[in-house]
Amino acid sequence: MTRISLTVNGESHEAEVEPRTLLVYFLREQLGLKGTNVGCDTSSCGACTVLVDGESVKSCNQLAVQADGCEVTTIEGLAGGGGLHPVQQAFHEKHALQCGYCTPGFVMASVSLLTENPNPSEEEIRQALEGNLCRCTGYHNIVEAVQAAARAGA
Amino acid sequence: MSILGNRVLRTEDGRFLRGAGQYVENLPLDGALTVTFVRSPLAHARVNGIDASAAEALPNVQVLTGADVDMPPFGPPPFPGLDAAMGRPVMVTDTVRFVGEIVAVVLSEGRAAGADAAELVAVDYDPLPVVIGPSRAAKDEVLLFPNVGTNLAAVGGAPERDETFFDGCDVVVSGTITSQRMAACPLEPRSAAAEVGADGRLTAWLSTQTPHQDRAVLAGMLGLDPADVHVIAPDVGGGFGSKMVSVEELLVAWLARRTGRPVRWTETRSESMVALNHGRGQELTFTIGSDREGKVGAFRLEILADVGAYPGLGAFLPNLTGLMSSGVYAFPAIETSSRAYVTNTTPIAAFRGAGRPEATQAVERAMDVLAAELQLDPAELRRRNFIPRDAFPYTTASHGAYDSGDYEGALDLALRSADYDDLRAQQRSRREEGGPKQLGIGISTYVEITNGIAEKEFGEVEITPDGGAILRTGSFSHGQGHETTFAMIAAEQLGLPLEKITVVKGDTDLVAAGTGTYGSKSLQIGGSAARLASEEVVEHARQLTADYLEAAASDIVLDPALGAFYPAGSPAQALTWAELAARAAEDGKLDELKVVHEFTAPPSFPFGAHVAVVEVDVETAQVELLRLVAVDDAGTLINPLVAEGQVHGGVATGVSQALYEQVAYDEDGTPLTSTFLGYAFPSAADLPSWEVVEMVTPTPLNPLGAKGIGESGTIGSTPAVQSAVIDALAPFGVRHVEMPANGENVFRALQEAKEA
Repeated sequence: MTRISLTVNGESHEAEVEPRTLLVYFLREQLGLKGTNVGCDTSSCGACTVLVDGESVKSCNQLAVQADGCEVTTIEGLAGGGGLHPVQQAFHEKHALQCGYCTPGFVMASVSLLTENPNPSEEEIRQALEGNLCRCTGYHNIVEAVQAAARAGA
Repeated sequence: MSILGNRVLRTEDGRFLRGAGQYVENLPLDGALTVTFVRSPLAHARVNGIDASAAEALPNVQVLTGADVDMPPFGPPPFPGLDAAMGRPVMVTDTVRFVGEIVAVVLSEGRAAGADAAELVAVDYDPLPVVIGPSRAAKDEVLLFPNVGTNLAAVGGAPERDETFFDGCDVVVSGTITSQRMAACPLEPRSAAAEVGADGRLTAWLSTQTPHQDRAVLAGMLGLDPADVHVIAPDVGGGFGSKMVSVEELLVAWLARRTGRPVRWTETRSESMVALNHGRGQELTFTIGSDREGKVGAFRLEILADVGAYPGLGAFLPNLTGLMSSGVYAFPAIETSSRAYVTNTTPIAAFRGAGRPEATQAVERAMDVLAAELQLDPAELRRRNFIPRDAFPYTTASHGAYDSGDYEGALDLALRSADYDDLRAQQRSRREEGGPKQLGIGISTYVEITNGIAEKEFGEVEITPDGGAILRTGSFSHGQGHETTFAMIAAEQLGLPLEKITVVKGDTDLVAAGTGTYGSKSLQIGGSAARLASEEVVEHARQLTADYLEAAASDIVLDPALGAFYPAGSPAQALTWAELAARAAEDGKLDELKVVHEFTAPPSFPFGAHVAVVEVDVETAQVELLRLVAVDDAGTLINPLVAEGQVHGGVATGVSQALYEQVAYDEDGTPLTSTFLGYAFPSAADLPSWEVVEMVTPTPLNPLGAKGIGESGTIGSTPAVQSAVIDALAPFGVRHVEMPANGENVFRALQEAKEA
């Protein structure tokens, strides 16, 4: 077991982890943050996307020990209080989710994109979200939601 | 003003957006053992023995094998002609028939320990010869079930060819297309958990589309009274036809009973890609004959179906393909036949469209080949053969009883929206310029069948003491938005605001009956049941109001704007729902405001027309889809926002069959697409925005006027895109490109055309 300390959604945590534990399972099973989903085992689908030090990371592709000393934000910590972050709000208004399983990952990846590029073109959005997969929406409304969030200054 | 027909934002979104979706894997289930399956790496082998001693030497690990299982084989389903000897063992005892079949199960404390132990289970296999693909299986050289003596699992349609079938035709053309095997890929892999309560009842939490049907299957397979089985489908992360009880869920429930502990299982993606049923997998040979003007006289469709290692729904789907073989056309004579074979591959079952995409792909390809032969524009050939809009109800020569349609109207709308004439002009100038990037234009006109086997669905409306309503539905929602759409239906009838309606679904203790959601049937039968139950509750409420106001029930009206009842013309006497419910509760009469309605209707037939525009680089063989214009008519829309979402997702899957996805096996039956790295699941970067055009032709078959919308986009888009790719390459002598029309298949087609 290895001892790590990190900040998750603004709260500091110290924990003993098995060195092979993936960040996503640390978040889900040790911290009980079940909003981050697992959709594949090849870091292809992006359902597990979280922010580590502000950048989007596939949490199935990073060990928990690698997050030692980092600041992690998950879907649960994105908006303050009971509200919605502008990207979450845009996903709601544009019907950019159906079954909802890929949604936390898409929202986190979109937040990361808009931090780097506040006014992306449709092409840039599609390229930036290339690492996240959705079977329900055909991506159309997800792209529209990111555009709407950009307009709203997310 | 009516709420129906409005783009109402989904009320279920909040929990998903906040990461609070209640998927099975998120249930706490304290003290649960983890289930890990040991699966065969070989496609066909005899199992001589299993040594689990090394695995069981690990702490808290237990291993069980097929010899421990006391359940009968799972299936085949009761379709006529299926041989019971092709039933699927819940866990293998002597022979494995596909890569991914379960040979042992590990119980452990936690996921990592289960994975460690599963790797230590040593299975002694004797490999057997392998057969892949239905054409090879048809030779019966390698038999999956030697005691049956053949790989032929099911036959359908005409027993033999009528050799005079095309005698009256001036022109006869034929061809073969493959509707390749696909993986459903719900983003949430399957997950199941089970526990036996202190009262002895079994509770199973399943990621499924069909909780009530699953309860019946679990009870039947475990020898339990269905009343002692409680199935809960919490939030489910997509299904696409693939998620209903199978051997894994049966074993999870069985293990909970055997161990007396709660148990849980969540499949990995690489497990899902080989163990979750696949879809499609048909080879379709068409022959079409017409007069010189293109009026079709006869159409023949011969279906060769791959059902995988064990016949299930995949053995039935060719019948649906045959039924829908006429498409949107008034063909006077149709001959269909199907032969379905077992092979050493993952079983085939439903995947978005399930039998109907195959029919549309075949007939639309046939029309394109005939149009090319007659040197007619493919749109014009279709016009000459459409079932006319004034011919409904119309029964096709392949026995489809179509309810309503306007096929030429849909094509006109799609062509106008795409600016077809301008597209053809652009194509001509690109061809004249002779550059590497050529334009291709494809059209497809389609009809499909929803609620295909005329099922019955349950609806119950109950007024609560505070004057709200609970709507219980036997339909299920795994992304379709029923919590919003079904609430809109009840709200409209009851004159209550949306937030006063609670939709309950997916729990066999809370909802008395149900069939679940597949085949695009929810709205037309489940929605109609909700509507009619709501109407009846209003009738009961009028009676109760009449009693309280000492008036005649026939005089009482519901004012939907106020949500209140009063004698016509006397609003001062109004009783609101809240007042009425409070009084009824006081008098012990609240039960009168609770109504069950079960609704059934014949199948309905959504239809539409799609236009695809592709750019193909003839030097690199790369294909880019530039536009996809989709006209999908599913009758009356309750929530156009949700309906459009269904079209978007459907179109993406249909396009992906045309361009990207294919489940592949090598000669030894080893899957080549067992992860999301190997399987070409498209991302946003691979697809364009969709141009969805609304068209509404109500059905007379239900009080909503609604047909199904979940699969239309999938069915309509594939042939349009495939056709567009072939159209782009026509000047180079290419006559056909196999799906997926990816770089490899386009390159092959170009090479073959050069060599010809």
